[in-house]
Amino acid sequence: MKTGTDRVKRGMAEMQKGGVIMDVVNAEQAKIAEEAGAVAVMALERVPSDIRAAGGVARMADPRITEEVMKAVSIPVMAKARIGHIVEARVLEAMGVDYIDESEVLTPADEEYHLNKNEYTVPFVCGCRDLGEAARRIGEGASMLRTKGEPGTGNIVEAVRHIRKVNAQVRKIVGMDMAEIMNEAKLLGAPYELLLEIRELGRLPVVNFAAGGIATPSDAALMMQLGADGVFVGSGIFKSDNPARFAKAIVEATTHYQDYELIANISKDLGIAMKGIEISSLAPEARMQDRGW
Amino acid sequence: MVKIGVLALQGAVREHVRSIEANGAEAVIIKRAEQLEEVDGLIIPGGESTTMRRLIDQYQFMDGLKKFANDEKPMFGTCAGLILLAKTIVGYDQPHIGVMDIKVERNSFGRQRESFEASLNIDGVAEGYEAVFIRAPHIVEAGENVDVLATHNDRIVAAREGQFLGCSFHPELTEDHRITAYFIEMVKESKAVHNV
Repeated sequence: MKTGTDRVKRGMAEMQKGGVIMDVVNAEQAKIAEEAGAVAVMALERVPSDIRAAGGVARMADPRITEEVMKAVSIPVMAKARIGHIVEARVLEAMGVDYIDESEVLTPADEEYHLNKNEYTVPFVCGCRDLGEAARRIGEGASMLRTKGEPGTGNIVEAVRHIRKVNAQVRKIVGMDMAEIMNEAKLLGAPYELLLEIRELGRLPVVNFAAGGIATPSDAALMMQLGADGVFVGSGIFKSDNPARFAKAIVEATTHYQDYELIANISKDLGIAMKGIEISSLAPEARMQDRGW
Repeated sequence: MVKIGVLALQGAVREHVRSIEANGAEAVIIKRAEQLEEVDGLIIPGGESTTMRRLIDQYQFMDGLKKFANDEKPMFGTCAGLILLAKTIVGYDQPHIGVMDIKVERNSFGRQRESFEASLNIDGVAEGYEAVFIRAPHIVEAGENVDVLATHNDRIVAAREGQFLGCSFHPELTEDHRITAYFIEMVKESKAVHNV
């Protein structure tokens, strides 16, 4: 009997496909998310838009919050650790969290190295903006990817940029002559063997969810249409007027992302979505997506 | 050729489709209840059972699924799918589809860090089968007409009751298609009997 194998860690993410993972900050929100049909919840101290507003250093959530959420729901519970923060990750693993997000939403603990995620029994999800970043994270042992987008903005434009970029680069690899792969690995800063695997499979070897800026059912459906395997919704749900309805509508739009009449119906009278931020108005140091390397 | 549907509300749909096709049958991705009429057998994939149940209710799938079972068409549930088929779920008052005479317990091997791979002998299906268990349920009790096909550490992890096949693990996550092949045979036999 073997635990913590690639198949077990990646397989867990495969089971989340077509689903919505929601950010929650307490047991009550976790129950709303589960009731709405979320496939997992991400336990946090603050949602990304509040992290933005609060400023300062953002760290792993108080274990009390994570524990409370784990007790409240039967779906898997994820939690965030700072990039490169070995101890936060080990603490979350020891608590029995089902998935760790090594996340740029928190303030990085290491500006050079991400965690060696291969060493852990618990699986990890990491953000990516392009194939090089995606491949480096998989090389370090990430079992699931997500676009970085621009968290806490309610603005989908960056997540769209990232999923399009990664998928276009995957298509390019698939169409390449074998002789061209090594040079591409050099240019992308990606492990050569992984590019060979991608060429063979015709896709990434792990699932890639959309994250960072999803605020409406149409946003979720758009990301699915662009090839995301599922979606993370952070501030979008519990910063809206009616979280329970928003949560349900986003779940439905994710399942039936090509059924436009249905999306029109579930979007009616939903109330006001989170306000959102225009990306160009963000100061360079406020861009979370630029964290991670 | 038999047509096998994969319930595609959420979860590991693509992998089951690949496994069906590797066995030379036709796979149909089922997103609408009326599509159930097109297929000879149905696979309910791994995923999150609570999520699938919400979507089954939202899209009025429940009657169609029960009718599918009543029509004696074969159904195969893997992990979350096993939970959806079971007549009794430990800790819950009501089952989901509730057609297979078994009692299951959710997440009974623990959380994700306890998820594992193990080699199984599945009676009449496969020897030395590498099974992947992810936050898996197990069958706590099996009714008198249920054949236990495999156990792991004395827990029932695969069983068949006539037209129903269920397992705790994820055959769709490996390249070993023997259990899917077994299910496709069940569907062929059922179709032959019903066409007489």
